Amino acid sequence: MEKKILGYVDGRLKEGERLEIEKHLSACAACQLRVNEFRSVSALLDELPMIEPSAAFDVRVNARVAAEPAKQSWWAWFTPSPRVAFAASMLLLATVWVGSYSGSNQAPIDQADIPVLENYDVISSFEPLTELPQPVAADEASQQNQDM
Amino acid sequence: MARSDVQLMLDVKAGDEQSFALLLHRYRTPLVNFLYRMLRNREQAEDLAQEVFLRVYRAREEYVPSAKFTTWLFRIATNLALNSVRDNRYLRMEISLDAPVTADAEDGDERTLDVAEKHPNIEQHLVGEVRRKMIRHAIEKLPEKQRAAVLLHKYQELDYGEISKILECSESALKSLLFRAYETLRVELAPLVASGKQV
Repeated sequence: MEKKILGYVDGRLKEGERLEIEKHLSACAACQLRVNEFRSVSALLDELPMIEPSAAFDVRVNARVAAEPAKQSWWAWFTPSPRVAFAASMLLLATVWVGSYSGSNQAPIDQADIPVLENYDVISSFEPLTELPQPVAADEASQQNQDM
Repeated sequence: MARSDVQLMLDVKAGDEQSFALLLHRYRTPLVNFLYRMLRNREQAEDLAQEVFLRVYRAREEYVPSAKFTTWLFRIATNLALNSVRDNRYLRMEISLDAPVTADAEDGDERTLDVAEKHPNIEQHLVGEVRRKMIRHAIEKLPEKQRAAVLLHKYQELDYGEISKILECSESALKSLLFRAYETLRVELAPLVASGKQV
């Protein structure tokens, strides 16, 4: 009964359910009272007036919608815009032209002209030491410091 | 012949902005009223209604007419409203209980200032105002899910199937929810209910 009473009040029950409820109500004063009370509640809810959205409502919605970025399909990602296509073509042409120009004017490099870098400070012998080098004499060391 | 909501939405999906304007025109008032009755704040209700329409617009590309348009629309609205009600509750908890009591600003939305000019019978008008205030407060006192169920059932006249999808519950659970809500309203509005249709 609990789940059908409101449907009965609102007239949303199927014909069979409605007849079943009416049969019950004819023999149950408590349920009949509840139906009347729910009808009163429903009528009271009808007393609340509707409000109208403010004049600025539509303007605000339309402004927010207009501010939305235009969506593009994933396929559009593969289709370059004319500007991008033009710029890419020009860059490709420029690259090809520069490459061909510099390639035609460049003289071959003679391997003999390449200077050999030599560094005599680099230790060239990696043999292990068999004896310690002679210590530097004290007088000789001080003389070197004064020279510096 | 007027196009159905679903057809309008499919046209929006195809890039027809005019169809979106028609949907906006068709649902702006029901949506604002639903949110206003959920939140009891007109400004907030309009902000959320704007957000609902914006979400509909943003979702146009993915729209599939698998359910009624109103189910989808009010599901977005209900979720936003329930979140907002919860946020407001936390906000109110932060307000000092010692704050001075001010006039119920939300009641002013439906209040006419020039009462004497527009209502020759002031007494009758005031009695009506008291009744409406009682009804509004009775609805406001309902738990938010019960409130949403009553508003969708009573004012939007959605069927049980739609409301149960919006509130993500079974039809059986929805009927119990509505019964409990009406029981609460019956008690809260007892002074108006007991004496019959008019006080």
